[in-house]
Amino acid sequence: MADVALRNVVKRFDDVDAVRNISLTIPDNEFVVLVGPSGCGKSTTLRMIAGLEEATAGDILIGGEVVNDVPPKDRDIAMVFQNYALYPHMTVFENMSFGLKLRRVAKAEIRARVEQAAKILDITDLLGRRPRQLSGGQRQRVAMGRAIVRNPKVFLFDEPLSNLDAKLRVQMRTEIKRVHQKVKTTTIYVTHDQVEAMTLADRVVVMNGGRIEQIGRPQDLYHRPKSRFVAGFIGSPAMNFLPARLQSNGDGLLLRLAPELAFPVPPTHTARYQSSAGKDLILGLRPEHITEPRGEGREPRCEFAMTLDVIEPMGMETMVFFTVNGTEVCARVEPSAASAPGQPMRLYANLNHMHLIDPATELVL
Amino acid sequence: MTAVVAEYPGRSGASLKRSRRWALITSYFFLILFAIFFLTPPYYMIVTSLKSDAEVAHLATNPWIIANGITFEQYRLLFQESDFLIYFKNTVVVTLCVVAITMVVSVLAAFSLSRMRFWGSGILATGIFLTYLIPDTLLFIPLFQIVRGLGLLNSYWSMVLVYPTLTVPFCTWIMIGYFQSIPKELDEAALIDGAGHMQMLLKIFIPVALPGIIAATIFAFTVSWAAFVYPIAFLFSADQQVLTVGTVTSLIKADVYKWGMLMAGALVAAAPPLVVYAFLMDYYIAGLTAGATKG
Repeated sequence: MADVALRNVVKRFDDVDAVRNISLTIPDNEFVVLVGPSGCGKSTTLRMIAGLEEATAGDILIGGEVVNDVPPKDRDIAMVFQNYALYPHMTVFENMSFGLKLRRVAKAEIRARVEQAAKILDITDLLGRRPRQLSGGQRQRVAMGRAIVRNPKVFLFDEPLSNLDAKLRVQMRTEIKRVHQKVKTTTIYVTHDQVEAMTLADRVVVMNGGRIEQIGRPQDLYHRPKSRFVAGFIGSPAMNFLPARLQSNGDGLLLRLAPELAFPVPPTHTARYQSSAGKDLILGLRPEHITEPRGEGREPRCEFAMTLDVIEPMGMETMVFFTVNGTEVCARVEPSAASAPGQPMRLYANLNHMHLIDPATELVL
Repeated sequence: MTAVVAEYPGRSGASLKRSRRWALITSYFFLILFAIFFLTPPYYMIVTSLKSDAEVAHLATNPWIIANGITFEQYRLLFQESDFLIYFKNTVVVTLCVVAITMVVSVLAAFSLSRMRFWGSGILATGIFLTYLIPDTLLFIPLFQIVRGLGLLNSYWSMVLVYPTLTVPFCTWIMIGYFQSIPKELDEAALIDGAGHMQMLLKIFIPVALPGIIAATIFAFTVSWAAFVYPIAFLFSADQQVLTVGTVTSLIKADVYKWGMLMAGALVAAAPPLVVYAFLMDYYIAGLTAGATKG
C-alpha cells in the first residue's frame, strides 16, 4: 500500500519528447486511469513508474521515496501487460509463483497465496495448464493473478483489455473493478478507451501530446471539461463542436450558428460569457443534449428543424446526423421520434449543458 | 438454374481431386527419384562392408549384391586391428567440448546482442555473422600459425580451439533470431518479477528458445563431427587423429585401398549424426525456420 507521485517528470527519446513535465499525486488505494490517444505518453509514464524506462528529468516517488534509481524488482510493483506476457513454458501455477520463488518465499506460503489469488479470479481449475491452453480472458486473469499474489504496493495495468473481443472486454472490466474492491491497492491503469477510463477510475488523467490535459473524477471530466481536447475525448459519441458567434441581445446573449439559426444563451450562463460577447467561439454540445423536443420548461427558441442525413438506430436510442453550416452534428433521440434520412426533423438543443471554447486557446471558457 | 448451381461444385470438386492426384503423383515420382539417388551410396557402403576382402577384390562378382554370404569380418578388423576406436574416442571428446563451448558462448552472446542494448551491439551482431561467411579453407593457413604458436600442433585439443570459429558465429546468429522472436514484455515481466539478467536467461529465455538451442546444438555437433580441412592440416599422428581424416589415412596405404574396412568405418562414423538427427529432426527444422522468419 503506497501513494505514488510524479514531480516534473520528463522523458525524451533522442529528440522526441514523449512526456513533457508532468506532475501527479495518487493517494493510497486510489484507482487512477491514464487515458489519451496513442502517442500521448501514457504508456511511457506507466513504464517510468514501473522502472522499465528511465526518467530524463524529474522525480518518481512510491510510498514517499524517490525510486528513480531503484530497479523494477525493488519497487514493489506488479504489472499486467497488454499481451499478458505469461511465461509460455510454465503452468499457470508456476507463472503466478515465479516472482515469489525468486524472492525466496516459503513453499507453503507460495501455495497459499497462489490458491487465494486463484480463488479471487476463479481460475483454480486452470492452475495446472499452460498459457497456450487458455483463452484470452483466462490468460488475462492469470496475468492479474500473477500481479495479485505478489501483494505489491502498486498495480500497473498497461492496456490490459485491448487484445480481448468487445464482449469479453466488458466482462473483464467489471472483473478488474471487482478485484480492486476486494484487493484494495493503489492502481494505475493505462488505456486509450475512454469508456474503460470512465467506468473504472476513481480519477481519470487525460493526457495529450506528452502533457496532462486534465485530472478529475469521471463525472467532472464529463460535465466540466477544461479544454476542447478533453471535451471531445470524453463521451461517446463525441461532443459536437460548432463555430458560433456570441452576440449581445438586449440583456441577454445570443449564439448565432448560421444566418438562420441562433439560440439564446440561458440566463444562468450569461454572466459567465458576458465578456466574450462579439467574439467568434466554438459551441460544444454533447449529442445527448440535442434531442427531440422533450421535458418541461424548455426554451422554445432552442427548438429547430433540420433535414437528416444519416440515421443510426442503436436499440434504446437512435443517433441522427445532420449538417449545420457545413459541420456535421450528431443528436441522440428517442427511436420513435426519429424521422427518415432526407426528411426534416424537429429537434431541441439543451443549452443548459453548453460549453463555449475559445478557438485561439482551445480552452473552455 | 438450380440444376447448374447444384452441378457446378461437384464438377469443380472432381477437377480439384484430379489436379491433387497429379500433384501427388509428380511429388512421389521426384521424391522417390531423389531417395534412390541419395540412398544409393549408403547402400553400396553397407553391401561392401558386409563382404569379405576376397569378394571385394574379385572383379567378376556383382558389386551391388553379396554373393558369398554376409560376414562381419570387416567390422572386427576395424575395431580390433586398426586405430578406429582411438579416432572415435578423440572425435567424441572434441565434439562434446566444441558443442559445450559453442552453446555457452553463442547463447550468452546472442542474449546480450539481442536483449541488452549497448553501444555497437548492432554492428557486432552483423560482424559475427560476416565471420561465418569466410570459408575454413581460407582460414586454416592463419590458424595454423596460431595453433603452432600455442604449441597445440598435432594435438586434438587444437580442434577444440579452432572448430568454434566455424560454429560460434552461425549458432549465435540462429540464437539472435530466436531470442528476438521472444516478446519484449516477457523479459519486462521477469524483470518486475525480480529476475536478474542471468535468471532471465536461464529460467525464461533458454526454456522458451529450446527448439532454437537444439537446432544450434545439432549444427555445432555436425560441423565438429564432420570437419575435414582442419584435422588434415593440424593433426599428424594416429593417437591424435579424428574419425574423418583417420579413417581415410589409416585404411588407404599408398595404392592399397581396404575397401571393406573403409566402408565399415564410414558407416560407423556416420551413425551418431544419424541418431542425433533422427531424434531431434523436428526441433532442428522448427528452430531453423523460427529463427529465419521471425529474426
